Amino acid sequence: MYVSYNWLNNYVDLGDISPEELAERITKSGIEVEGIEYVGEKVNDVVVGQVLTCEQHPNADKLNLCQVDVGTETLQIICGAPNVAAGQKVVVAKPGAVLPGNFKIKKVKLRGVESNGMICSLQELGVKEKFIPQEFVDGIYVFQNDAEIGKNVTDLLNLNDAVFELDILANRADALSMIGMANEVAAILDEQVTYPDETIESNESERAEDYVSVEVAAQDLNKYYGAFIIKDVVIKPSPLWMQNALLAAGIRPINNVVDITNYVLLEYGQPLHAFDYDRFASNKVLIRRADEGEEIITLDGQTRKLTPENLVITNGMEPTALAGVMGGLDSEVTEETSTILLEAAYFDGTTVRRTVKQTGLRSESSTRFEKGVDPNRVRKAGERACHLFEKYANGNVLQGLSEYDGLDYAEKTVVIETGHVNERLGSAIKDEEIASILRRLQFEFEQDGSTFTIQVPTRRQDITIFEDMLEEVARIYGYDNLPYTLPEGDGQVGGLNREQQLRRNIKSFLEGVGLMENRTYSLTDEHNSERLCSPEIMAKSPVPVALARPMSEEHKYLRLSLLPGLLQSLTYNQARNQANIAYYEIGSIFVSTEEKITKQPEETLRAAGALTGNWVDHPWQGEVKPVDFYVVKGIVEGLFDQLKLSVQFEQTKLQDMHPGRTALIKRNDQVIGFLGQLHPLLAKRLDLKETYVFDINLDAVFADYENEPSFAEIPKYPAIARDIAFILDQDVLAGNIQARIAEIGAPLVKSVAIFDVYEGEHLEAGKKSIAYHLIYQDPEKTLKDEEVEASYQEIVKTIADEFNGYVRS
Amino acid sequence: MKEQLETIQQEALAKIEDAEEMNSLQDIRVAYLGKKGSITKVLKGMGKLSPEERPVIGEMANKVRNIITGAIEEKSAELEEIALHEQLETEAIDVTLPGRKVNVGGPHLLTSIVEEIEDLFIGMGYEIKEGPEVETDYYNFEALNLPKDHPARDMQDSFYITNELLLRTHTSPVQARTMEAYNGERPFKMICPGKVYRRDSDDATHSHQFTQIEGLLVDKNVRMSDLKGTLDKFAKQMFGEDREIRLRPSYFPFTEPSVEMDISCKVCNGEGCSVCKGTGWIEILGGGMVHPKVLEMGGYDPKIYSGFAFGMGPERIAMLKYGVNDIRSFYTNDIRFLKQYHHA
Repeated sequence: MYVSYNWLNNYVDLGDISPEELAERITKSGIEVEGIEYVGEKVNDVVVGQVLTCEQHPNADKLNLCQVDVGTETLQIICGAPNVAAGQKVVVAKPGAVLPGNFKIKKVKLRGVESNGMICSLQELGVKEKFIPQEFVDGIYVFQNDAEIGKNVTDLLNLNDAVFELDILANRADALSMIGMANEVAAILDEQVTYPDETIESNESERAEDYVSVEVAAQDLNKYYGAFIIKDVVIKPSPLWMQNALLAAGIRPINNVVDITNYVLLEYGQPLHAFDYDRFASNKVLIRRADEGEEIITLDGQTRKLTPENLVITNGMEPTALAGVMGGLDSEVTEETSTILLEAAYFDGTTVRRTVKQTGLRSESSTRFEKGVDPNRVRKAGERACHLFEKYANGNVLQGLSEYDGLDYAEKTVVIETGHVNERLGSAIKDEEIASILRRLQFEFEQDGSTFTIQVPTRRQDITIFEDMLEEVARIYGYDNLPYTLPEGDGQVGGLNREQQLRRNIKSFLEGVGLMENRTYSLTDEHNSERLCSPEIMAKSPVPVALARPMSEEHKYLRLSLLPGLLQSLTYNQARNQANIAYYEIGSIFVSTEEKITKQPEETLRAAGALTGNWVDHPWQGEVKPVDFYVVKGIVEGLFDQLKLSVQFEQTKLQDMHPGRTALIKRNDQVIGFLGQLHPLLAKRLDLKETYVFDINLDAVFADYENEPSFAEIPKYPAIARDIAFILDQDVLAGNIQARIAEIGAPLVKSVAIFDVYEGEHLEAGKKSIAYHLIYQDPEKTLKDEEVEASYQEIVKTIADEFNGYVRS
Repeated sequence: MKEQLETIQQEALAKIEDAEEMNSLQDIRVAYLGKKGSITKVLKGMGKLSPEERPVIGEMANKVRNIITGAIEEKSAELEEIALHEQLETEAIDVTLPGRKVNVGGPHLLTSIVEEIEDLFIGMGYEIKEGPEVETDYYNFEALNLPKDHPARDMQDSFYITNELLLRTHTSPVQARTMEAYNGERPFKMICPGKVYRRDSDDATHSHQFTQIEGLLVDKNVRMSDLKGTLDKFAKQMFGEDREIRLRPSYFPFTEPSVEMDISCKVCNGEGCSVCKGTGWIEILGGGMVHPKVLEMGGYDPKIYSGFAFGMGPERIAMLKYGVNDIRSFYTNDIRFLKQYHHA
């Protein structure tokens, strides 16, 4: 909301407090001032002048030669504005005036003719366009006839005003009005509030009830409806001060009737609506729920289809307004309007909010109804508007009003006790201070020693319990004045739990071996929703979880794999000539197996990586090697070694993966992830070079991880090493032989490592040679050669029998 | 014979002294100490000597042999050293050529910030709690004093999946779940970091996914001044001892009283600049005393227990601390961006 400093000054004496200082104090008391904007600047020697004559410049087509009465003298001024005319009252900068931007006005000769000053536009006075009435945006400003000739324009045009932009939060509906802000500022400054004049002077004998009756059919949604009738209204521009006030608040003036309803809306926070009584076409106002499919043409010319969720004002037959949101076109006030039906009502906030959402028509009015208006100000706002209609629209206000009143005017009672307040705040506020704070807030209360029984005024609907009042006391007392303390409770030992610690360890490992962490989006598009999902997840037949109303197709589904996001990162970098990338991410995937989702998806934590470009990159040494399958496998193996968890790798074929270079990662015969080369076709589509990925189910890792590694003594007895090379058929897998050797050799064989793989000219076609390095060791005693030899021979025999392999001599 | 031995010694030592190669030393050894060498020759004439003279000359011959042997060893070591030195000189390399670069990875900037905050609060005895990113309407809103149709609950902001399921809009549901799990039976303090989602279009300052870290402390006799003291400690640690801190009243449905915390702007030192929109202050977090309804729904009796809660956004903190000017940078994962903020 925008609040004008000068306007606020009408209700609270702001003394000489500067706008900046006031803003700071308002902010510190709970309503954030997000910005201060000045309308213009104070100017000297700039006055109201009347154009007496206006003729064309003898030597220039587009210039006018004007004689202008500025009160003390008549000045000859040359003016180029297209809208200047004789008889107008205009803004005249006299010689000697200095306009914003240090523009000095001097006597000059223009094409041989003397010009003694300047007729100004508002822009030339430094006024920002948002504060300029529409008709004067493209020319000089023209006053209404009542402007006093010779008067300085600073006050007339509100040039020295500062406008605060306030961020009013949901609880402070009361502050969405000038009076509300006056109450707030008065409490902060410890000042009094002067309230607006609501007196109606009319002595009309006719009564509003003779013209209109009010019936509310939907009493749950409309607790109050008051209808005033104002006759003999003359539509014309509203007074300058009112226009200035509206402009400062960000509302463009239209005519006196509309401006008055808007002015009172801003002043009281109570929306009003003026109908043209003659066009209303009935003497009955009926407020009801709309019928299904019923239609109304709103002020903006749109036809709106309604449902029973909407509340409508009708003339007994058809809707004339969408309650609290927008009036109907048929009963709009026009230049010809002479009798007004003025509505002051209290509509249900939830209904208004639903209608706003449905129609997209958010306005100054709907915002206030949504947040709740003050029951005690509804009728008063109507009376204030009537007062202004009398003064500024020649209106004759009929006696009384037609109304339905089901409002609850009861004030809530909240009891606070000084000791309790201090206990909760950690403060040492005294009884007198609390009493003073309550007085400043204009809350009525009874004090019994340290106990205060407070009547909460109806404008503060947000205060219902002790804690609400605690905040009121604290904010006026000043948060700055509270002490700094630390909680006194029993010491709780903080820390990471097992999984959190393990996750950090895994992160350290991956970063230590050269991977950079990524953060990617959990939401993805349809194509990527299932792509590269790990086989053990796919085995559950997951159904990608979709948003009901996504912002874009790009972010519509919750991911089932971290890899598409990581690949996107790779593509992004590749496109920026960053060729060597090794990324990983730890994050959740979202697994639901319900065709139509009813419960939360299972969130599984995964660690995934994607690598492309060179892994070894030492160019001048001639050692440049692109990342390959075994780099990624080495990382995965290293991770599981570090975790002291054994895993197996098994050749597999997966969609979007290279058919010959992909492996499952298994533990205890359960798949817990996969790794391998991205299918070259997919890589090409993503503009990637050869790319490798891995994806591991961390929940499975956490389940098996043992916190305390078991202690094993370092063996005292010497180990014996033996090497064996087998000639094998090409399709025999090295890992299978390795596993079998370990199995047969147990318990004496401590480790089996592969140290050479050979295929080529020295072997017959279809064969390969794999060499294994075996370590024998007995923890209990020194091994004998015969024992090793026996085991060795058993291994040789088994591999020959089972794998058709023989020892290479 | 005595003179003969003395001459041999002198001759030999002079030759050793002059030797420049290992080979010459070997020749000297053969010539003087070998089976046909000078000393052996001398000793062969020992038979002519009297029994008294024999041991004297024998001893002398041994002495000369030892002296010569010693001199050869010494010289040999000297020559070896010279040879090694010469060899090392030829092995010189260009030390200005680059080394074999080790691959170094690192954490994402947001992770660094989250872990820094986590560690800071762990130091104050907090535990870390996590929860699901797809939440029920109950935990995300209702349990936090945001019943359906509450004005502060703007549907526009949430990614709903069904009427009852949505992507959590804050990490506060973890607080609700923690209270429920502790069942009103024990005081606790916790921090909950995590991903959250809002229905926003991505631009320089908005992201449909971002990170939050929230804290909650529930105990008997928790005061607002405790919140003030805790946040002050946090802010000074995180942003520097020289930062000024101010609390001002605010509104959140789950706290009462509510606060917003600003720190003095680091760019202009409180003078007012474009970063702080001329106010000299930068909003850093929100918090307050836990609303009695939230305690009650979490199973804690608000007559016995009170508490405070606070929450902040690591993206915002990173943007302020490191001058990151586009929130999307956190999610595009440009390697140059990630490396820039990675330091040990």
